[in-house]
Amino acid sequence: MSKLLNGLKRGIITENPILVLVLGMCPTLATTSSMATAVGMGVAATIVLICSNIFVSLLRKIIPDKVRIAAYIVVIATFVTIVEMALHAFVPSLYDALGLFLPLIVVNCIILGRAEAYASKNNVLDSAIDGLSMGIGFTFSLLIVATIRELLGGGTLFAGSWFGIESEGITVFSKPALMMSLVPGGFLTLGFVLGMAQFLRTRSAKKKEEKEADSQ
Amino acid sequence: MSIFEIFVLAFTAIIAENFVLSQFLGCCPFLGVSKKVETANGMGMAVTFVMALASLFTYFGQQLLVKINAEYLQTILFILIIAALVQFVEMFLQKMVPALYESLGIYLPLITTNCAVLGVAILNVQKESGLFESVLYGAFSGVGFWLAIVLLAGVRERIDTNDCPACYKGFPLTLTAAALIALAFSGLSGIKL
Repeated sequence: MSKLLNGLKRGIITENPILVLVLGMCPTLATTSSMATAVGMGVAATIVLICSNIFVSLLRKIIPDKVRIAAYIVVIATFVTIVEMALHAFVPSLYDALGLFLPLIVVNCIILGRAEAYASKNNVLDSAIDGLSMGIGFTFSLLIVATIRELLGGGTLFAGSWFGIESEGITVFSKPALMMSLVPGGFLTLGFVLGMAQFLRTRSAKKKEEKEADSQ
Repeated sequence: MSIFEIFVLAFTAIIAENFVLSQFLGCCPFLGVSKKVETANGMGMAVTFVMALASLFTYFGQQLLVKINAEYLQTILFILIIAALVQFVEMFLQKMVPALYESLGIYLPLITTNCAVLGVAILNVQKESGLFESVLYGAFSGVGFWLAIVLLAGVRERIDTNDCPACYKGFPLTLTAAALIALAFSGLSGIKL
């Protein structure tokens, strides 16, 4: 249990894949124009991340060192194909909304990065926990960016199709700035969110230093 | 294909529907390798080359998959083809252009995980384009990426020493610059020739 909590803390705060490590920019920018697609992307990537972490960890003593990256990519591509087919069959609306970015989960640096940096060195349970917490951290950051973009770009919150269930959402205002849900808004919002994360990080580091200086 | 059609394809892929600036494909190297114009230039060149070659080889790969009725293996086959190609380009550069090889460093193997390359391969299949059209689209999209990354590198070189809030240094500032470039390009989006 404490392992899980530690993992979650790492995934969401100290080693958040997007806000701290700045990996996986493409899906972060492309699927965050609405909260529904952001969560869909987050969940799909989390499933792939957990499965690939488990498999890479199981195979870590069999895969030769020289071809490990290629082997990891094949493992990841297999799970992406499975998730893609499952979504196509059961949640076609999400499949259409994610479009090209669903097969492109294969080249999401976060998944390959975790396979290389964590799953290839740790046991199966730890790797599964790491996959889950990194996935939650990824989904959480997507959701932050998507909330800002949907609010400013569409004037709504929670609108769209959530895993096949249509939702009207809350209309906050009626004349939104469409640019925020297009490409420039994506870059701008992510820049702002990363800037805020950096600000909070330096502030908490400074506070810690002051506390240590006080206690001496 | 007539000359006019080729021109339309080039205009669409490079400017109106630029891969990075209007489709969010290839953002990782776009943000990661754009510190200096020189490296950005090399990266753009290498990516363009790989994208054109990848379009060529994945076209034949797709034909093979259709023949043996195994289209569901598309993602796996494509990523393997791209990984092999990147390995080849890496060996070629190491032998022939060692200076560029050194300056690209870690980012060279990362072309494998550049979503623009896999993206163009999948888009070619979705659009059901022929061999010649696929390769041209791959090359032009690569040029689009090249243009975007060199533009961003040019901006970043100039704002590198400027004053800005401490928390905005690095990635946030780069992303804001990218937003302004994308804003300029979005004025041209939607043009149909």
